[in-house]
Amino acid sequence: MSTTTLERVPAAEPGAETEPSYLTAEHTVASWLFTRDHKRIALLFFASITFFFFVGGFAATLMRLNLATPGGLLQPAVYNRMFTMHGIIMVWFFLIPSIPTTFGNFFIPLMIGARDLAFPRVNLGSWYVFNLSGLVVLYSLIMGGADTGWTFYTPLSTVYANGYVFAAAMAVFINGFSSIMTSLNFIVTIHRMRAPGMTWMRLPLFVWAIYAVSVVMLTATPVLAMDTFLLAVERFVGVGLFDPNHGGDPLLWQHMFWFYSHPAVYIMILPAMGVVSEIIPCYARRPIFGYSGMTMALMAIAILSFFVWAHHMFVAGISVYAGVVFSLMTFFVAVPSAIKVFNWTVSLHKGRISFDAPMLYALSFVLLFTLGGVTGLMLATLGIDVDVHGTYFVVAHFHYIMVGATVSAFFGALHYWWPKLTGRLYPEIWARFAAILTYVGFNLTFFPQFILGYLGMPRRAYTYPAEWQPWNLLSSAGASILAVAYLLPLFYLGWSLFWGRKASANPWRATGLEWATSSPPPQHNFERTPVVTLAPYCYDPQRDTYVTQEGVPHAG
Amino acid sequence: MYRWIPFWPDTAAVNAVAVNNLYVAELGLSALIMATVFGMMLVFCIRYRQGSAVSRADRVQKTWHFEIGWTTATLGAFLILFVWGAAIYVWLFQVPPSDEEVYVVAKQWMWKTEHPGGQREIDALHVPVDKTIRVVMASEDVIHSFFVPAFRIKHDVVPGTLETIWFKPTKTGTFKLECTQFCGLQHATMQGDVVVMSGPDYARWLTQQGVHESLAEQGEAVFRAHGCSGCHDANSTVHAPPLAGLYGTYVHLQDGSVRLADEAYIRDCILTPRSFTVAGYPPVMPDFSGQLGEDDLMKLVAYIKSLGRQESGR
Repeated sequence: MSTTTLERVPAAEPGAETEPSYLTAEHTVASWLFTRDHKRIALLFFASITFFFFVGGFAATLMRLNLATPGGLLQPAVYNRMFTMHGIIMVWFFLIPSIPTTFGNFFIPLMIGARDLAFPRVNLGSWYVFNLSGLVVLYSLIMGGADTGWTFYTPLSTVYANGYVFAAAMAVFINGFSSIMTSLNFIVTIHRMRAPGMTWMRLPLFVWAIYAVSVVMLTATPVLAMDTFLLAVERFVGVGLFDPNHGGDPLLWQHMFWFYSHPAVYIMILPAMGVVSEIIPCYARRPIFGYSGMTMALMAIAILSFFVWAHHMFVAGISVYAGVVFSLMTFFVAVPSAIKVFNWTVSLHKGRISFDAPMLYALSFVLLFTLGGVTGLMLATLGIDVDVHGTYFVVAHFHYIMVGATVSAFFGALHYWWPKLTGRLYPEIWARFAAILTYVGFNLTFFPQFILGYLGMPRRAYTYPAEWQPWNLLSSAGASILAVAYLLPLFYLGWSLFWGRKASANPWRATGLEWATSSPPPQHNFERTPVVTLAPYCYDPQRDTYVTQEGVPHAG
Repeated sequence: MYRWIPFWPDTAAVNAVAVNNLYVAELGLSALIMATVFGMMLVFCIRYRQGSAVSRADRVQKTWHFEIGWTTATLGAFLILFVWGAAIYVWLFQVPPSDEEVYVVAKQWMWKTEHPGGQREIDALHVPVDKTIRVVMASEDVIHSFFVPAFRIKHDVVPGTLETIWFKPTKTGTFKLECTQFCGLQHATMQGDVVVMSGPDYARWLTQQGVHESLAEQGEAVFRAHGCSGCHDANSTVHAPPLAGLYGTYVHLQDGSVRLADEAYIRDCILTPRSFTVAGYPPVMPDFSGQLGEDDLMKLVAYIKSLGRQESGR
């Protein structure tokens, strides 16, 4: 058994060391800036989005600092601009690109056994477009920021706001093209470039998730381009589209905006679901429960996400019957999410579970996503939405999904694939500590906001009555813990780059093709094209063995 | 009823009671779901941890019947919640016959409220207890949202139209009125008080406001000042749709559609009459958009409604 292993794993082959890894193949700055290697582009994206994560996080820090006292610390105008820029940067410059452009970019070709994405130049172009939009949003931020909320509700955004709304909207406009380029690339790659034997039902769930999200991105993002373009037209030219004083309809903006931005919520969560579906089987040492159900749930969520947008508008003045229909659709989209939660949980049954950092992040994901999900059900319930809409309840709900779940999955992915990205192992103790700290800090930050919301604290308020201070103080205290938990990996992962133990090709004994090549992979990914013979996740917890997708059995 | 639950917000209207029941039901379901997921996770994580020697043989191979099981269960539970929530929503947003009416004009960053008697308030609204209050709302600038947490009632106030909601307070006291739609710089301070008073106190309060003209009377002055009376007065010779008794009836329009003559319809007709030409009348009324503020429009609407009441009183 072990002899076959030696033969089939490239890193162990004699002479495998001679091909340099993608990191060391070329050394010049130009070799990075003009690279067409999906792995290097993934790291370029990683640098960009990490930068924006901390810019957006800085805005959040100021907000929580301001809300620690009822009177506030910042000028109202500054606070309003901070929450707007926090929203815009976190949504479009971190959450939407986060997992797809980094781990998707890096691992889709590796997981399906391809040499690169279908369009390497488009991939590089996407990074440049992303950075261009990033420069525009930084311009908007440095000049003073927009003051409309990330939702740009009209006619406030087009007629009344004095901030740099145009620049912010243009940043979002340009950013959309990066999403479109990346998603198109993924769709074509997954359709056309799978290795021999890699049938659709043998695709790892991460690939399925990226496929689902790419379909949503490709179809929804053009609508965002139209939205922001029309917004700019009304703000700059004064054509009456959304301003009722010029014959426009303010609700038209909301319909158009949420037609993109509700699917965008699933753009943020679907890749995270994919990551967790990779991590849980690997650390539970057993196949995922209900693989085909998981793929169907992913696609069902992707499709249904287009038919729920008006649930953001239950109290906005849409017809009562429209409200009823959109509430029903929202309950439907919750069903596949519930299936996934149960499948992940039952995937632990009769496993052989170890609690390394990626698994801790994945388990946090499941719990936080479930709490975000059940509070989402409350918001989908019309009678309750009338009460809690526009309050901190909503803020807490979507942070549970988008920060609690997605960012936990992002960190889970970062740790899980760190050896493959860098060739180094991260320090396990520190990583577990950061994972637990993230979970504690996150709950402490956002759970009090559910209570504040139900007590009636409106969102986007720089000041509040003194009776709500205890909950706000608790939330701010939690945020400081969360900030430490998010900063920690920067240090210990940075340390591991230089002093971490060298990683073997497959340190987690995982089944995917990405582990069949060396860590870090060579420039062309595989020494030879892999041939796939098995479904993913062929782990056997009883004997503690596993079989890779190439059909190579491994003893414990 | 749910005072025993910690941090439970004030419940001061019939609207709030209905929402409370649903909320408690959903909290219960959420707790059940969380407990199931967390409990299963905990048990599996302990029992099947790496070091445990327990057997992993005979894993579940056929997963689909489990999946169908929990799909059906969640779908069933969700549909119950959906129907319950939708029923409350339809009830909340369909205005029943009301005892009292108030007008609210939202602007950056204040709530201006007016009573039919002409009493005006800023960032405050006095209403009597145990009466169904109908609230007609307009915005002068951006979208605001009228929210009284103790009543569990909220509706956006969208510029360019009138929105109508209702509530029925069940206890006296002062309750928060908030704006929950970000409306610019001082959004956070766009707050007021809803003061619920007993019937006699409220009647006394109304008389103490030093008002000489009711809202309808003020509306009549606007009606004359803008020349509406030239055509729409009862003894006018111009062929214009009569306004007496208009409110609350169905109007047949030139384009074949039928519209209920509610506040929003009357407002729209004043601002853009050509879009609402009444069947059998020439489209000659001039456009008043941009000429009338929301305050004047509210007064005009109140006046035209009062014509309706006089009619039905006859």
